[in-house]
Amino acid sequence: MSHYKLKVRNLHFSYPDGHEAIKDISFTIYPGESVGIIGENGSGKSTLLLLITGVLFPDKGEVIVGDVSVTKKSLAMIRQRLGMVFQDSDDQLFMTTVFDDVAFGPRNYNLDEKEVKARVDEALDMVGIPHLKDRAPFKLSGGEKRAAAIAGVLSMKPDMLIMDEPTSGLDPKSRRRLINTLKGFSHTKIITSHDLDMVLETCDRVIVIKDGEVAANGTTQEILTNQELLEKCGLEVPLSLQKCPVCGMIKWRPFTN
Amino acid sequence: MSKIVDSMYNIRLLDDLARKDTAIHRIHPVPKLLTTIVYLIVVVSFNRYEISGLLPFVIYPMVLILLAELPVMPILKRLLMVEPIIIGIGILNPVFDPKGWITFASIMMKCGLTVTACLILVSTTGLDKIAQALRTLKVPGIFVLQLLLTFRYISVLIEELARMVRAYALRAPQQKGVRLKDCGSFAGQLLLRTFDRAQRVYDSMKLRGFSGDYHSYGKSNVTGKDIIYLMAWSLFFIIARIYDIPAFLGLLFEGMSNT
Repeated sequence: MSHYKLKVRNLHFSYPDGHEAIKDISFTIYPGESVGIIGENGSGKSTLLLLITGVLFPDKGEVIVGDVSVTKKSLAMIRQRLGMVFQDSDDQLFMTTVFDDVAFGPRNYNLDEKEVKARVDEALDMVGIPHLKDRAPFKLSGGEKRAAAIAGVLSMKPDMLIMDEPTSGLDPKSRRRLINTLKGFSHTKIITSHDLDMVLETCDRVIVIKDGEVAANGTTQEILTNQELLEKCGLEVPLSLQKCPVCGMIKWRPFTN
Repeated sequence: MSKIVDSMYNIRLLDDLARKDTAIHRIHPVPKLLTTIVYLIVVVSFNRYEISGLLPFVIYPMVLILLAELPVMPILKRLLMVEPIIIGIGILNPVFDPKGWITFASIMMKCGLTVTACLILVSTTGLDKIAQALRTLKVPGIFVLQLLLTFRYISVLIEELARMVRAYALRAPQQKGVRLKDCGSFAGQLLLRTFDRAQRVYDSMKLRGFSGDYHSYGKSNVTGKDIIYLMAWSLFFIIARIYDIPAFLGLLFEGMSNT
């Protein structure tokens, strides 16, 4: 499904109040890869996502999707390739029914109503909420809202899925359902999160951000087992890789065989 | 606090009502909008001493409320919310005009009829479809968008307000409402937070291809039934405007009782 490489080159960004949120960040994400971007609060993760999607523009450096640099002129085309799921689903759900909300993107591209309906049904099926299509978004539970927000992005058939804290505020069952859904996607995925256990399960590679810079970039195994690095960056080893406080055993060994 | 949350649900009640599936809801938005416009024009065209001529126009909202299965109380409540403004405008009429009570009653009636007609339009069509109808009628996109986003952002504003009032009330349990000296920073905070939230909503719209035009529903065609709806109501409004139906009926009954 994904054909485009995402290149971030020497990105710098300061907010109007002078706070330098991003200082010289560079990395490349390859088609089909699933990459977790982690870091403590205020490290610059959300700003980085806004820069990648062209909501903000860098002071220096560039973001390249495929062969196209993200500029004001290329935005319309870039945004068709990138689908961003916001941290707070309420920011994303503003239409009167789930169906209309999921159809919002395809309709903006002036697709035929038949095609819009087919896409909406497919997206709702993918996230497992076809029964909610006539419901008002504000009446849904947190997990259902998140699923509807993801469907709203999937209906645009993006090449890359960008998600800001997808599991925040979800109960364990909804979180598990979301993780299983994410694992089933073949899209290139960029996921920022503090839920390192979810990152462990869904990502092949992890980029650690500290104070607006890349502190580490490596495989999930390499990064999430490096206790010293994680602690230095205000994080900790995922719970599932920590020893059981009762018996002292490691509960799960995902990297052995 | 609960009042704020109530008003949030009240705003969305119109959206909920618009999702019903009745004969009135199924009528194409454009003829429905045009019918309402004709109704509004005809009602406000009556002179200020006219009351009996306005009476037949009560039929239109009554028929629509019945056919669209709309709840009467929420519509009346919203109507009552507007009435104080109209009372403010018309209350001095009886002082300056010998026939002031008549003009006052006429203003109140016109307000009641027109506001009810608009509420019925929104609750049987939905603002998204009204916007689409306005665009079909070549109303500039920027005005339509402003109307839609204002409607959408009211709920954003109320949600932020509800959160702030909740946080305030929990830390000031012995107080009723927000203290006057805190009102300034409270209003400022609300404005900034709403800006912030509105910006995020707008960002999410842009990221899904929004470019200034609002495509809220699939285009359907106007059918013969829709045209008949528009023509029949318009004809009724025009007849009721030209002929004083209550006076005519009065004469008729008088004639019948004399024979």
